[in-house]
Amino acid sequence: MQLESLYQEIILDHYKHPHGRGLRAAEDPADQVAEAHHVNPTCGDEVTVRVATDGAVLHDVSYDGMGCSISQASASVLHELLRGRDAGAAFAVHEAFVELMSGRGQVTPDEDVLGDGVAFAGVARYPARVKCALLPWMAFKDAAARAGVGVSPEVKA
Amino acid sequence: MTSIAIPAGMPQYGDVPRFDVARVRADFPILDREVNGHPLVYLDSANTSHKPRQVLDVLHEHYARHNANVSRSVHTLGTEATEAYEGARAKIAGFVNAPSVDEVVFTKNSTEAINVVAYAFSNASLRADADPRFRLGPGDEIVISEMEHHSNIVPWQLLAERTGATLRWFPVTEQGRLDESGLDDLVTERTKIVSLVHVSNILGTVNATSRITERVRQVGALLLLDCSQSVPHMPIDVVDLDADFIVFTGHKMCGPTGIGVLWGRGELLAAMPPVLGGGSMIETVTMARTTFAAPPARFEAGTPPIAEAVALGAAVDYLSGVGMPAIQWHEKELTAYALDALATVPGLRIFGPTVPVGRGGTISFALGDVHPHDVGQVLDSLGVQVRVGHHCAKPVCARFGVPAMTRASFYLYTTTEEIDALVAGLERTRKVFD
Repeated sequence: MQLESLYQEIILDHYKHPHGRGLRAAEDPADQVAEAHHVNPTCGDEVTVRVATDGAVLHDVSYDGMGCSISQASASVLHELLRGRDAGAAFAVHEAFVELMSGRGQVTPDEDVLGDGVAFAGVARYPARVKCALLPWMAFKDAAARAGVGVSPEVKA
Repeated sequence: MTSIAIPAGMPQYGDVPRFDVARVRADFPILDREVNGHPLVYLDSANTSHKPRQVLDVLHEHYARHNANVSRSVHTLGTEATEAYEGARAKIAGFVNAPSVDEVVFTKNSTEAINVVAYAFSNASLRADADPRFRLGPGDEIVISEMEHHSNIVPWQLLAERTGATLRWFPVTEQGRLDESGLDDLVTERTKIVSLVHVSNILGTVNATSRITERVRQVGALLLLDCSQSVPHMPIDVVDLDADFIVFTGHKMCGPTGIGVLWGRGELLAAMPPVLGGGSMIETVTMARTTFAAPPARFEAGTPPIAEAVALGAAVDYLSGVGMPAIQWHEKELTAYALDALATVPGLRIFGPTVPVGRGGTISFALGDVHPHDVGQVLDSLGVQVRVGHHCAKPVCARFGVPAMTRASFYLYTTTEEIDALVAGLERTRKVFD
């Protein structure tokens, strides 16, 4: 196994220096705010994702959690990619990430859509780790739904 | 190295029981394979052990030559299969020194064995004429410990819910030992059963049970020991252990999956109501009611895992051939070696006893802040197979303030070179996440 395909420099960088970590209150008091807490029962990883939105734009996607490098880096990338986006665009990114992770390494990611998320392409080849990468994204989906925005496709894996 | 001369006539260091590890390894076909381009370094025997050719051959031979259902045929194959199945029961009874072969109940695994006892309590609690030792209600207490595998927690939680009994538990000390300081307050006249792990699957601790047994006898409760991690690794004698029930599982002791054992004192098994109903466990059946077979058949409803039981018989023959005292000693030496070797890894914290006394060859640890999943992944890339996660013992992880641990566990085929490979892999892990 090429360990480097799993632990890309980008992933380790997000793990060691997470972006936007910490749960935040909404800047705009009129925003809908909701969060979801997800755990991976096999390893005990946990993440809480909080969404603040006016129903059209995701003003903030904040998070906190503890777990392995893959799950925590994934949360950092999620924040980076979805914060400030309008809901439709955010769910397109969500769909692309889920598709990448469900692709068993056969999906070529689009960097224009996924940004640093492309670094997770290698993770898709390790079935035991796909859930780690998806953990914050599934929590985001629930948090967004609770905040009253959109529904994205189910994970097919 | 200093050496101390032991006076003649006393046991000498050279007298310890030993076996040829290289020859043992040659019996295990899987140990030849590579993982990710490296020789397999299997340090996950507490999870499941590998199987020697002697066991695999018996499994194959049973299906190839003697396959038939047991206990219900007069034909030749049925007789052969029954003899093989009951022969395996006798071997296992001998292996743990059970006073009677009828005290060995075959189950699917340790989990099922514990559930059989828990549900026997449950069923007895519904019947006024049941043996009072098995009747539970509000005010009665069940005692376990914080060190248990989930399989020795959840069945008792469920039993307490069904009967209104109260569940209590021994805490665990910072050193990873059972905290017996509250023994007399914890085990009282209200206690009906104490169910404890003999050797912890996560901390490696070997629990000294004699004080607890003495207290259990004083208050008239019953004692179940979860021996899943002790029967495979050390000589176990149920008479010597003086428990009322022990449970263990075949796949951790060179046997196949799908076969486990409940050993119980004959008179207790005889006093227990059945749990699963069906074929084989009956004495006579009418449309109105059924009377039940004597143990062990009473607790073996339906066609049992016949080939698996026979192969487990082969496994205990194999282990006895190597010698359980020698296996125990081998693992003690490996554990001492590993504790010393792991102490050289910067930032490594061991959970559980850090001395090779009163502990088995299962060592859980944290490597700095690196998450166990990441440790396990880097080690896997080097062919080293360890378990990561909560090890089905979440309360132990919570006790030590971590969500997960990395665990290396040894068996008769483990070598010091494999422990060296683990330590080298941990150094590599540190570099990746530094």
